[in-house]
Amino acid sequence: MDILSLFVVVPVITILILVFTKGLKQARHVSMVGSLVQLGMAINLVFSYFKERAVNDAIMVFTKDIVWFKQFNIHYNIGVDGVSVSLILLTAIVVLAGVFISWKMSDLPKEFFVSLIVLATGVYGFFISIDLFTMFVFYEIAVIPMYLLIGIWGSGPKEYSAMKLTLMLMGASAILLVGILGIYFNSNADGGALTFNILEIAKVNIPFEAQKLFFPLTFIGFAVIGALFPFHTWSPDGHASAPTAVSMLHAGVLMKLGGYGVFRVAMYLLPEGTLHWSWFFIILSVIGVIYGAFAAVKQTDLKYINAYSSVSHLGLVLFALLMLNKTAWNGAILQSLSHGFMTALFFALIGMIYGRTHTRDVTKLGGLLKVIPFISVVYVIAGLASLGLPGLSGFVAEMNIFVGAFQHDDMFYRIVTIISVSAIVVTAVYILRVVGIMLMGPVKNDTYLDLQKASWYEKAGILLLLIPIVGMGVAPLWLSDMILASLEPFIQRVL
Amino acid sequence: MNFSNFLLMRHEIILLAITMFLLIGEIFIHEKKKSSLIHLAIFLFGIHTAVGFLELEESSLFGGMFRSNNMIHLFKNVLNVGVLILLLQSADWLEKKIFNQNRGSEFFILLFASLLGMYFMISAGDFLMFYIGLELSTLPVAALAAYETVKRISSEAGIKLIMSAALASGVSLFGISMLYATSGSIYFDAIAEAITASNLTILGMLLFFAGLGFKISLVPFHFWTADVYEGAPISIASYLSVISKGAAVFILMILLFTVLKPLMHVWENVVYVLAIATMFIGNLFALRQQNMKRFLAFSSIAQAGFILLGLITGTQLGVATIVHFVMIYVFSNLAAFGVVQAISLQTGKEHMDDYTGLYRTNPNLSLVMMLALFSLAGIPPVAGFFGKFFLFTAAASKGYYLLVFLAVVNVTISLYYYLLVVRAMFLRKSDNAIPYFKNKLYMRLGLIITVVGILVIGLYSPLYDYIYELSGVF
Repeated sequence: MDILSLFVVVPVITILILVFTKGLKQARHVSMVGSLVQLGMAINLVFSYFKERAVNDAIMVFTKDIVWFKQFNIHYNIGVDGVSVSLILLTAIVVLAGVFISWKMSDLPKEFFVSLIVLATGVYGFFISIDLFTMFVFYEIAVIPMYLLIGIWGSGPKEYSAMKLTLMLMGASAILLVGILGIYFNSNADGGALTFNILEIAKVNIPFEAQKLFFPLTFIGFAVIGALFPFHTWSPDGHASAPTAVSMLHAGVLMKLGGYGVFRVAMYLLPEGTLHWSWFFIILSVIGVIYGAFAAVKQTDLKYINAYSSVSHLGLVLFALLMLNKTAWNGAILQSLSHGFMTALFFALIGMIYGRTHTRDVTKLGGLLKVIPFISVVYVIAGLASLGLPGLSGFVAEMNIFVGAFQHDDMFYRIVTIISVSAIVVTAVYILRVVGIMLMGPVKNDTYLDLQKASWYEKAGILLLLIPIVGMGVAPLWLSDMILASLEPFIQRVL
Repeated sequence: MNFSNFLLMRHEIILLAITMFLLIGEIFIHEKKKSSLIHLAIFLFGIHTAVGFLELEESSLFGGMFRSNNMIHLFKNVLNVGVLILLLQSADWLEKKIFNQNRGSEFFILLFASLLGMYFMISAGDFLMFYIGLELSTLPVAALAAYETVKRISSEAGIKLIMSAALASGVSLFGISMLYATSGSIYFDAIAEAITASNLTILGMLLFFAGLGFKISLVPFHFWTADVYEGAPISIASYLSVISKGAAVFILMILLFTVLKPLMHVWENVVYVLAIATMFIGNLFALRQQNMKRFLAFSSIAQAGFILLGLITGTQLGVATIVHFVMIYVFSNLAAFGVVQAISLQTGKEHMDDYTGLYRTNPNLSLVMMLALFSLAGIPPVAGFFGKFFLFTAAASKGYYLLVFLAVVNVTISLYYYLLVVRAMFLRKSDNAIPYFKNKLYMRLGLIITVVGILVIGLYSPLYDYIYELSGVF
């Protein structure tokens, strides 16, 4: 079995074993072991990748190609570069943290963990696919379990949120499908055979008219899951209603599919379309960045604050990608990773706070630092990472984005960069406000005095996410190197 | 004509023999033991289905009136598998409702007669054989729709079906006569050679198309569908929705792609408009349905709209994608109808609200239903996704991107109402959910086959390759 297929096979085996488990204990142990193995595989992949890169300069390494539907030239074609390796590592960490955070899942535990791991399978498959069809299949596999995860185990208007999320994402994937078919039927523009293989298509000069038509379809198709304004509305509702681990996976991992897809498919395969349309989507993404930050300021529900903050932070990812600059691209990938760890951590902490205080309303909380210090301190660290404090992951990512973006000579790019930088200030406002109200000051409610301290599995989940945040902030170079080296083919094609 | 030639009609002969055998059995078997006929019928039909997979020669009989090739052979096998699943799912109902009323083996005789009609329709080499097949396939179903005579709604369904079928058949016949008038022949090959795009020919083609459109429930010929599905016994509703529709799609494809190919510039416009209308109307009406049978009726109208995306291409790719899709549709829809059947049989409940909290009491049935609905909605990795993707690819291969776009909009609409059922079963809890019950062996077997089909057919690419190879005959 090749090193990448394992990322599909191991989760599937975990699911099969889970099906035969009984009760919470068995289900969570199987899930934990399965996710631990996945994390081990991801770490091994990083090391193997560096080793392989030293001797192999192909665009994608560890490739495997099996013909699937030969009439359509559909292949099970997989491979990774630095970008996908880093996102796979992110996924493995967040999934394991999610399992720890769901340690006490009481209602239908087996079904919960099965859905969670189906989602993870889809995400892994998506990141390792080189074939557009296979990629699309995995994309949908990742999205659909969300409906059940939010609908069954969520809270508040969960049915509404689950339906809204599913329909918007599947609607977007339907648009994406037309885009993919458009790319496929133009992949023989240079006289070759029709193909879904991204690397093959990237060698073809697709006619400009087709690029103009299919770029927006492909871009929007992916960007909806990346919370592009005005298609982001599914995200805050979905986050707010989802159970903790699902919010973590949702914001931490699933939404990354958007930026990755935009980069790997829309921009890479349709470079002229990208140039033609970038101004339009830059405006949308900047609106998302600013709007998300201001909307977060207005919220009092912790989950909504974090959800709108995600809209803002992920808006930056799309913004950076559209800036068509190597440094900004590097920043976009780093921001994806940083946001993945950070937001998953936020949601985990919010879940813990909610589990203890039974409220997510900031105004009803106060003085938590005194009663649950561990959780509170980590919340502060996550907050500082979110507002871009040096030494933490957010700074590295945002620095790259804005430095890269500002390198443009064109006034339009400089103006939008300045506008989006202002979001950092707004982010500081809502983060510090929450920290001030919720954690500082006197304990607002006497019942909070005997809140339970963080348990071992909660700490395990937290540490899993905290270590990469600090690690990325302190030593970003190895990650940057890995990503930058993989950006070369994109630079050659798009720039 | 020697005996081996005669074996070209193997499907028809064996099915006829089984039908006769059951008729004789009905006469000689003692009243009290008549339910054993169910086992016998299913067993015999199972053998018939298995024998169907043996190779068959490609040739024709009666001067070209009856044709057989590997593709036609495959069509018949698909129908056989569908009917076998349907019989397994209906066994319990047959025992309780029919044999209880001393209704003997009429059910099998009528059903098999209808299937026989479909065989002849598919194998037809001229319009006479086709028309006889069409009538033979329709009339017994009308009797079957009215089978539960104690229910007024069932009798009504029977009448509605026979009236609309008669009208459709008349219109179709009118169209056929015009095609004959302009080409001077009723043989498909001769018509294909002689056909020209005169006004009369086009009118004839359109009338003929309308007749088949009725069987496939294309908008605007769909009006009978929901009422008949709701009134008819579930087995018959699923027969109409899967087997009857499948056969009609096959024959429509054969005729459009071979006989009426010279008029493609006309019919592709018709198909284009009908595809859009059928998908939207089927889906939008399905949104509001609460009765599961009506719900599945409108869903099956919408699915017919998707099939037209393959039909519009007129290419080998189109043929392969349609056959592949119909095959998947047979399994998916029979799974959904099977669950409705199982629940209705145990509890008499057919309302969507009755399914609330079903997963917590009957997890297996709920999972089968969910798989079926996901397949119908086109969610990977179940088969329906592959079926739909390939249909869309076929339409896009001809540059119909707008049509594909409208189709994907419809996929999203359809997902909404399929999720309504999933929501009722999985997301909601109920104090008076349908209590746990165990299905009889036949039903379980029937559902298991559909599940295996849903999970395997899409992913298993050699099957598609096989279909594609056979599609070259058009």
